[in-house]
Amino acid sequence: MRVAVLALQGAFIEHEQMLQELGVETFEVRQLSDWQQPKDALIIPGGESTTQVRLLSSLGLLHPIRQAILEGLPVFGTCAGLILLAKEEDGQPRQGLCTMDIDVCRNAYGRQLGSFNATGHVSGIGEHLPMTFIRAPYIHRTLSSDVEILSEVDGHIVAVRQGHQLATAFHPELTTDHHLHQYFIQHIIPSAA
Amino acid sequence: MKENRQELNRQLAQMLKGGVIMDVTTPEQARIAEEAGACAVMALERIPADIRAAGGVSRMSDPKMIRGIQEAVSIPVMAKCRIGHIAEAQILQAIEIDYIDESEVLSPADNIYHIDKTKFDVPFVCGAKNLGEALRRIAEGATMIRTKGEPGTGDVVQAVSHMRLMQSEIRRLVSMSEDELFEAAKQLQAPYELVKYVHENGKLPVVNFAAGGVATPADAALMMQLGAEGVFVGSGIFKSGNPQKRAAAIVQAVTNYQDAKLLAELSEDLGEAMVGINEQEIELLMAERGK
Repeated sequence: MRVAVLALQGAFIEHEQMLQELGVETFEVRQLSDWQQPKDALIIPGGESTTQVRLLSSLGLLHPIRQAILEGLPVFGTCAGLILLAKEEDGQPRQGLCTMDIDVCRNAYGRQLGSFNATGHVSGIGEHLPMTFIRAPYIHRTLSSDVEILSEVDGHIVAVRQGHQLATAFHPELTTDHHLHQYFIQHIIPSAA
Repeated sequence: MKENRQELNRQLAQMLKGGVIMDVTTPEQARIAEEAGACAVMALERIPADIRAAGGVSRMSDPKMIRGIQEAVSIPVMAKCRIGHIAEAQILQAIEIDYIDESEVLSPADNIYHIDKTKFDVPFVCGAKNLGEALRRIAEGATMIRTKGEPGTGDVVQAVSHMRLMQSEIRRLVSMSEDELFEAAKQLQAPYELVKYVHENGKLPVVNFAAGGVATPADAALMMQLGAEGVFVGSGIFKSGNPQKRAAAIVQAVTNYQDAKLLAELSEDLGEAMVGINEQEIELLMAERGK
C-alpha cells in the first residue's frame, strides 16, 4: 500500500510519521510529477487552507486531484484538509477540491486563544480519542444523506465520512493515537479498491 | 492548563511549516499577502528597512492598525513587541494576536531580561543566532524560533550563518555521549533537559524558521535547503517592484525548494528586488540585541 501525502504546506511530516509507524509506505506530493506516481490513497494535512488552495491551483494540481477523488481515490483530510474537501463555506460555494457534501465554518473557534484539546467518541472508530483543535473549523451541516456524522464536540460536527472520503476538524496526527489513521487504512482504503 | 497552552502553541507553529510569513503594514498589503499564499502575516507599522532608515526608538504597533489587519484576513496575524516589554506583550494578548514576535527589530525595552513567556496564553516566536540562544528562549516559553538575520537589509548572509551554526551545533550534540551533555549544557548556557532533547531528537523541540534578509525565491529555497522549516519575509516583498508576483513566487519556492528548474521559472521577471545593504555598510547590528 502506498499513500500520497499532500506536502505543499503544513503538518504533512506528522502524517507521514504516523503512517510509517503503521507500516504504510508514503510519498510527498509537491508538484504534478509527484502526483502522477501510483497511489492507493491521499492524505491532506493541516496547515493554512488558503495557502494550500493557492498552491494547488498555481501548481496545476487542483483539477487532477479533484478528478481522482471523484473517481474514487480514498482521501483523508484533517483541519485545512477538511476545508479543502468541503463544497460550501458558510452556505456559499467554496474554491477548493469541493468533493464532500459539507458546509464548513473556518476558524470556527476564533483565534489561537480559542485552540483547545478535547477527548471524544468517534462512531465506529473509538471512545475517548484525543482531539487537538488548532484554529480549527467545524461543520455547520451536511449537504447530503451520503455523509455520515462520526463525531460531535459541544454540539458541532467535527468528523465525517462520505463513502471513500474521511475528514476531521481536529488533528489526530498531532497526537500519539493511531485510531483514525488505522481506520482509514483498514476500512476505507480496502473498500474503495 | 499552562502546559496545555504551550503544547497548543507549539502545534500552531507546526501548522505554519512549509509556509511564508510576510510583513505587512496595511490591510491592503495583508490581503495581497493572503492572496499570494502567505501562511500568516506580521502586522507592523513600518517594515524593518524603514525602521532602519528612520532610526530612533521603534515600538509595538498601534493596536488599531493591528486590528484592521486581523479583520482583513483569515490567516493567523502576528505582531512584534520589544524584547523584555511585558506590558506590550499583554496588550497584544488582549487583542487576541495569534503569535507575538519578541523582536530585536524593535528597540529593546530590557537589556538583561526577556519576557517570561510561560506566563502568557498566546504563543511567542523569538530570534536566535545559535543553539544556546534558541534553547534559552524555549526555556523562557517561546514556542517557535527563527534566525536573527539582519532585518531590512535584503542581505541573507546573517540568516545563513545563524541557520548553519544552529544545525552544526545540533549535529554536534547528537554525536555526544550522554555524560558529555552536562558540560555541553554549561557551555551552551541552556537547560540540561532541552540539551538532552536535542541530543535525542536531532532537532529543536519547536519549529525553526528562517528570518532576515530573504528577498528572492532563491534566498527562500536556500534557507529551506539549510534546514529552515519555513520562512519569514520582511522588507523583501513590499519594498520590491512587483510585490504580488514576488510574494507568490517565494511561496512556491518554499514548497518546491529542491526543484531548480521550477525555481528558475519562478525567478523570472519579478521586477526590481529591494535595494540591499551589505552587512559591512550597516551601522546597527540588530542581531546583537537580546542574547
